[in-house]
Amino acid sequence: MKTQKIGAWIAILFGASYFVVPLIATFEFSLRMRRGEYSFDAYRSVFSDVQFRESFSYSIVMAILTIIFGVLLVVPTAYWVRLRLPQMRPVVEFITLMPLVIPAIVIVFGYLRLYNSSSFIPFTGSARGTDALLMFSFMTLSLPYMYRSVDTAMRTIDVGTLTEAAQSLGASWPTIMFKCIFPNVMSGVLSGAFITFAIVIGEFTMPSLLNRPAFGPYLQLIGANRAYEPPALAIIAFAITWLSMALLQLASRLNKSAPSRP
Amino acid sequence: MSFLTLTGIQKSFGPVQVVKDFDMAIEKGEFVSFLGPSGCGKTTVLRMVAGFEAPSAGTIVINGRNQNELKPNQRNIGMVFQAYALFPNMTVHDNVAFGLKVAGMDKAAIDARVKEMLGLIHLGHLADRFPYQMSGGQQQRVALARALAPKPQVLLLDEPLSALDAKIRVSLREEIRMIQQQLGITTVFVTHDQEEALSISDRIVVMNAGRADQIGTPFDIYNRPATRFVASFVGTLNLIEGTVVDPTANRISIGDQDITLREPLGPAKAGDKVSLALRPEAGSIAEGARGDTALTGQVISSNFLGSVIRTRMKVGEPVISFDMFNAPGRNPPAVGEVVTLRFTASDLLIIRE
Repeated sequence: MKTQKIGAWIAILFGASYFVVPLIATFEFSLRMRRGEYSFDAYRSVFSDVQFRESFSYSIVMAILTIIFGVLLVVPTAYWVRLRLPQMRPVVEFITLMPLVIPAIVIVFGYLRLYNSSSFIPFTGSARGTDALLMFSFMTLSLPYMYRSVDTAMRTIDVGTLTEAAQSLGASWPTIMFKCIFPNVMSGVLSGAFITFAIVIGEFTMPSLLNRPAFGPYLQLIGANRAYEPPALAIIAFAITWLSMALLQLASRLNKSAPSRP
Repeated sequence: MSFLTLTGIQKSFGPVQVVKDFDMAIEKGEFVSFLGPSGCGKTTVLRMVAGFEAPSAGTIVINGRNQNELKPNQRNIGMVFQAYALFPNMTVHDNVAFGLKVAGMDKAAIDARVKEMLGLIHLGHLADRFPYQMSGGQQQRVALARALAPKPQVLLLDEPLSALDAKIRVSLREEIRMIQQQLGITTVFVTHDQEEALSISDRIVVMNAGRADQIGTPFDIYNRPATRFVASFVGTLNLIEGTVVDPTANRISIGDQDITLREPLGPAKAGDKVSLALRPEAGSIAEGARGDTALTGQVISSNFLGSVIRTRMKVGEPVISFDMFNAPGRNPPAVGEVVTLRFTASDLLIIRE
């Protein structure tokens, strides 16, 4: 029994060190910009860089738009599939899994082929159009996570009966959706939203090939040309991801203390 | 003219016809129960009235207006579900107010109506609670208040007591009936529990395989079942096979004993088989004290059920059960004892298919 416990602890420590040691080394290296002493100069340099602020702001705006449009696409879809088309569920699940098996580079080349400036829908003909295309591509990338989060939240409520109860009380479809369904799947929406946020902040392929000033390409650019700033940026990126995860945990905890079952 | 009329209602799901030529007329303020086993089509009929299912054929008319083309949210029908279906994100007050807000009432009027409804179900003090903070019985009362708040023209109750424990079921069904009578609202109640249906209904529709086998008052349904199904489904019943001895004199034999029926046998001839029904509580083994007809048999079991003792006796081939009230000074019949069961001839019903 005791040997088993020691074995388990060794496995945990080995696994943790695999993740923690490089992180500590990266953090330590990011503090070495000033010769002979530790400092936050690399972080100061990063935060004072206009390009960092611009690319980070751009990615945050894109993340927010992706979340809004993603939620507007996924929640009604998951609701309708549960309510009226349960036989279509495997098909929809398969479609939402596609972005996991098709590499982002393949998707973006498909986009460029379909939506280039001389095509029927010339998304890439203008900066705003390309931004819209980039947002749709982010939506595609986050679809597997967003759909599953919302669908799982929807499983905890009796969607059919709640809908019928609302209908019998005279409610229209928008009222049912925004007053009865949305508030009850908010935990799933938030989970999906935070994962989407993390994906958009770190995504490189899509914005790089669509030539948009996002945070991912900026990370790559700095990594190729500077020494101490890239580890600082990596730590910042980690911090943002962890913040998203912490918010996700908080959201799911709040949901546990809130009503969930009729 | 009836308030709620269902005419020639049919419903098919693919090749399966679940409701077949269902006709029903319900008066204003009447409490009608649809009673039947699972899969008999009772909930489907209710859902068609609510608008959640479209009939394959037939018409639904409420207060002179055809409902077939109306969507569920246009029908002004209150519905209470087995699973309560309270909105988990809303308090009791907001749940009850939901239909009123949707109808566009002003806040003061909504608050007054919600207060009135919560007073009706005696839960005014729980207005700020969420559904998950309440018991099943309380949630169902809130669901009832929510359904009644917008003053619906018809109230539909889809097995509202099934998820509750026995004691709460009895008290809540009485409360539902009291509120229904107080408001005078036309109500359709779906249940598979015969005791529920018998105790609170003005009329009962006994459904079997998509059809209404019998529509009548609880007294009629229980005492004068029209079909073998109704007789067997409602209450406990002895179904006995007899043989016609003399059709003109309504004389039949059960086992090797002849008895005379009060009900005419109809176009039967000697030797024909006839199905008879006898309620266990109809007879007694008092020595010649009650009834004008008797069957003698040998006791094969005697079970003490608390307030009654149920005894089974063999009359030739057929086995007949009968109940006698428990009396501390009287011993139940012993197994093997020969007893005579007396009953009135009108208690023995002829069951026509």
